[in-house]
Amino acid sequence: MNQVPLSHILFVSTALFFIGIYGLFSRRNLVCMLMAVELILNSVNINFVAFNKYLYPDRLDGFFFVVFIITIAAAEAAVAIAIIINLYRNHRSIDVEDATNMKF
Amino acid sequence: MPKDFFALMKGELLVGLLIIVLLFLKIGNKQRSNETLLRLINGLLLFNLAAGFFCIRPGNLFGNSFQTDPLRILEKNMLSLGTLIISLQAYDWLRQHKHVVEFYILLLSTLLGMFFMISAGNLLLFFVGLELSTIPLAALVNFDLDKKPSSEAAIKFILSSAFSSGLLLFGISMLYGTTGTIEFAILPQRLDGDPLQLFSMILVLTGFAFKISVVPFHLWTADVYEGAPVAVTSYLSVVSKAAILFVLTPVLYTVFKSPGDTWVPILFLLSILTIIVGNLFALRQQNMKRFLAFSSISQMGFILIGIGGQSAEGRSAVIYFLLIYIFSNLGAFGVVALMSARAGRERIDDYKGFYKSHPALSWVLAISLFSLAGIPPTAGFFGKFFLLLAGAGKAHYWLIALAALNMVISLYYYLRIVKAMFMDESREPVEKMRTGMPAKIALTVCVGGILVTGLASGAYQYMHSLIAR
Repeated sequence: MNQVPLSHILFVSTALFFIGIYGLFSRRNLVCMLMAVELILNSVNINFVAFNKYLYPDRLDGFFFVVFIITIAAAEAAVAIAIIINLYRNHRSIDVEDATNMKF
Repeated sequence: MPKDFFALMKGELLVGLLIIVLLFLKIGNKQRSNETLLRLINGLLLFNLAAGFFCIRPGNLFGNSFQTDPLRILEKNMLSLGTLIISLQAYDWLRQHKHVVEFYILLLSTLLGMFFMISAGNLLLFFVGLELSTIPLAALVNFDLDKKPSSEAAIKFILSSAFSSGLLLFGISMLYGTTGTIEFAILPQRLDGDPLQLFSMILVLTGFAFKISVVPFHLWTADVYEGAPVAVTSYLSVVSKAAILFVLTPVLYTVFKSPGDTWVPILFLLSILTIIVGNLFALRQQNMKRFLAFSSISQMGFILIGIGGQSAEGRSAVIYFLLIYIFSNLGAFGVVALMSARAGRERIDDYKGFYKSHPALSWVLAISLFSLAGIPPTAGFFGKFFLLLAGAGKAHYWLIALAALNMVISLYYYLRIVKAMFMDESREPVEKMRTGMPAKIALTVCVGGILVTGLASGAYQYMHSLIAR
């Protein structure tokens, strides 16, 4: 069976990483920024799984790492969304441009 | 084997036990007043600190993923001490707060995460500990639920910390891809100077730099410090930064030992940038918390110079400085916390004429600021002296001279506050505040720590002997 070469998968994950960074810097909606961060974390997951399957199939370090990253990303999203809800109650908006009480 | 388990993990188990006790206190339906709760919790934290000094021995658990030795236990004790002091200082603020127990549950969860991070023997446990110590902190930053700046600070904190852990993780994944291991012990043998490994090292360094707010990545710091409640600000600036530095130093010294020629110049460049930018921004601040934020940024620059020395002296200088930093920064924050909780004022101008109404508190703040600035009889001078001495082993002398010059610049803004307290007249002076017993104890410990570690510095010798062993 012809396998997809490792370099293609790494290309996808790196592209996803930079799409995430671009999204974080260009989006002004807090929920979209949170989604961009999740993209970054998922690109890391792809990296780990690909490296583990292609290069080091005899040990499971990479897979364990992925399980923990998924769990922690969920926890992070939960706390971040709670904070966003609280921010909405205080500011009546989830646009970062409106959350500028403190500067310099 | 089970005996080993309890003896080696006693710090973590104790903090975990405290969290469970607090959870039961919360769900139990017996009504207790805040004062009783706070007294009980402070007692438990004191017990936690005292227990850290017993049963100190090295060992490994869980197939080397959890490691402990006297040095790590010393670092954990320093963090417990910082937490206890902050808890005592927060007494006045928490007395009127509705969610006392939740505050401590979150605080102790971050402490538990830091303990695991310090003891980590591989990248996985390190990462889990790091996240356990940052996610609850974001909730803590938002603890003034109905205040606008608090929620704004929290969102800034969680987004920037999530982004920085993303960078760190991408670096770790590249490291795993090129070496095939996540063990700290095996990694250095497999590093062969591959460009991808250098790239991953830069990413890991960036992730750390975000967490300790080194200059190109410092923008979140001042906003978060200003918006968060004072107790959380002091926790962020002292305990959480100290924990990350405790891990950063061994990671750079052991894991990235061979590419040392690459990261040492980067570290020196970042350190000098951090010191200069931190100083320049601290000059123009009007809010006390923001001012302390920028002062802590410039202190981080000095610590990076010490780390850049890449020697046992460098490592012990960093730990020694952090001990002093805990005392001096918490001394300053203690006064700011009192002022914020009792009088609701946080601006530097509010401290005008402070000496007339509160001579003792003025002296505490002045001694802490002298120590932060590095004036000789206080401990801060020796801390910075050892850091620069360690850095001089590797760096050019002009860099050390530049750093020393910046210490002089920093004197200006520290003395500005001392001048405001002792010499300026105020049109609307702060009315006399009552200082509670817990705050008094905390401030006495801070001032005592500043003076004792400065005059009798067996501490440095002890740390050096632990590292050299």
